[in-house]
Amino acid sequence: MIPTLFGITLISFMILHLAPGKPTDVLADFNPKITPEARERLEKMYNLDKPVIVQYVLWLNKIVKFDFGESFSSDRRPVIDKIWDKKQPLTERRLFITFMLNVITMFVILVIAIPLGITSATHQNTLYDRITTTSVFIGFATPSFWLALLLMMFFGVYLGWLPISGLKSMNYDSLSLAGKIIDRINHLILPVFVYAFGGLAGDSRYMRSSMLEVIRQDYIKVARAKGLPERIVIYRHALRNALLPLITLIGLSVPGLIGGSVIMESIFGIPGMGQLLFMSVMTRDYPVIMGIVIIVGFLTLLGNLLADIGYMLADPRIRH
Amino acid sequence: MKTSLLRNIFWKRFKRNKIAVIGAIIVFLLFIIAMFAPLFSPYNQNDIDRNHILEPPSFKHPFGTDDLGRDVFSRMLYGARTSLLVGFVAVGISTIIGIFFGSIAGYYGGWTDRIIMRFIDIMLTIPTFFLILAVIAFIGPGIWNIMVVIGLTSWMGVARLVRAEFLSLKEREFVLAAKAIGVSDKRIIFKHILINSLAPVFVSAVLGIAGAVLLESGLSFLGLGVQPPTPTWGNILTLGKDNIEIAWWLSVFPGFAILLTVLGYNLLGEGIRDAFDPRLWEAEQG
Repeated sequence: MIPTLFGITLISFMILHLAPGKPTDVLADFNPKITPEARERLEKMYNLDKPVIVQYVLWLNKIVKFDFGESFSSDRRPVIDKIWDKKQPLTERRLFITFMLNVITMFVILVIAIPLGITSATHQNTLYDRITTTSVFIGFATPSFWLALLLMMFFGVYLGWLPISGLKSMNYDSLSLAGKIIDRINHLILPVFVYAFGGLAGDSRYMRSSMLEVIRQDYIKVARAKGLPERIVIYRHALRNALLPLITLIGLSVPGLIGGSVIMESIFGIPGMGQLLFMSVMTRDYPVIMGIVIIVGFLTLLGNLLADIGYMLADPRIRH
Repeated sequence: MKTSLLRNIFWKRFKRNKIAVIGAIIVFLLFIIAMFAPLFSPYNQNDIDRNHILEPPSFKHPFGTDDLGRDVFSRMLYGARTSLLVGFVAVGISTIIGIFFGSIAGYYGGWTDRIIMRFIDIMLTIPTFFLILAVIAFIGPGIWNIMVVIGLTSWMGVARLVRAEFLSLKEREFVLAAKAIGVSDKRIIFKHILINSLAPVFVSAVLGIAGAVLLESGLSFLGLGVQPPTPTWGNILTLGKDNIEIAWWLSVFPGFAILLTVLGYNLLGEGIRDAFDPRLWEAEQG
């Protein structure tokens, strides 16, 4: 875990030095308006006048204290305040928004993918199985941002049922508590659906093959032989074992899911980390970009660790 | 004699798999479209016509026109070119890097293997899309840059695959025999082991093209990929988003083209995988 964490910072640091010449030259190339003063700030922040190794160590020293420097944008706020603003309520902080969106999406994916995978495994080679398999292939191939556009066009513009941008309405503050909750949910329906759609195909496929493997095992035959009803065989005996590999899959799908947040948040105008990264790339706000890459890498690592622990708790066979 | 027999079995199996054949046809048609784009397009793809902006599909403009009056159908034909080019170059880069690291890790084992595998783990921890965007912020967008960046950030799967093949092949008799008679490491890696592990690499390359096409269109959609006026399906979709309330055709057609392309490569890849899989041969011959 520690070496990986170290590696993440090393890769981020390498990106800074990826471009030919000094990073300050690149900055000037892309943004001719850059002032000598901004250039100086960048030099000072990354200690660009010192040897590369020294630069890296000094930079690392700041990062362990969550000091990612100041944004290049005119507000000059510290990067960490942009990502996790302590002055704002929790639900307005970018990291929290992205995190919650991912958690909700993961939940929706599992709630749909697990039954879908199980039923198509227990009905292997039937018409139902073939329809779900075909849908999975099409689901794999559908660009999420296109699906987002189509749904925005249909439910947002044509029918006018759902809002197509942001996380709350203009009049949010004047709404009653129930109204506020409904308003939030309305804003979340489209993003969460589109977001979940991409992961759905893979996870249901995975669930299906995991289930197929389990129901061929001897203990399932035994359960059937002793006359247990099929429902109990499937949901009590087979399901528990088939669910195990899913824990690993959840861990593995975290980077992809978070990666998707850039496009999703940009399309739906959701003020999360992905949108911040997008805006920072557009304005070449390097300190913010580096900060986000490191924090997201760190969170993904944490997610993988949690998946490993979860696996250990769920499967007594590998506890030792 | 033996290779031609294998080839026959492969073709027989591939042709019997209807879905794989559909994939192959889609991919073939895309090649034709990309190659003969100038022939098929009714208009110059970059010609601006201020009198006919944002026109819905008609006989004159089958897929309508965009905000500058350019013919969307012609632009989409050229977009096929862009996505094909990006897909092939990016996958070429990632396959070469993957083979390089995978074969070294698998063949030499020990510390070399541990360091390379750790590096792969780290690369997989940072979400690919974040990594790509961070790099693009420094080197700038543009068609060549994103090919290289996609290639540099998607080789890990190939490396793992090649490593696994090497691990199982390097203990086989033919490799041990080659070692015993003093064949050089380089020759064993390339001429003896790599040749025998190319089938899965090829399958993953075909599937990788699908992934690269998706990534490219996503980046171009955000305005961080291929830059206008070069037409891509992704940057037509950007116009679709900007004009979402008035011009459905700018969103519907390019997205569908991306879907078909990705589907085509995925079906083709899966079909080749099944046709290569000896376990399935035996099952069929019974």
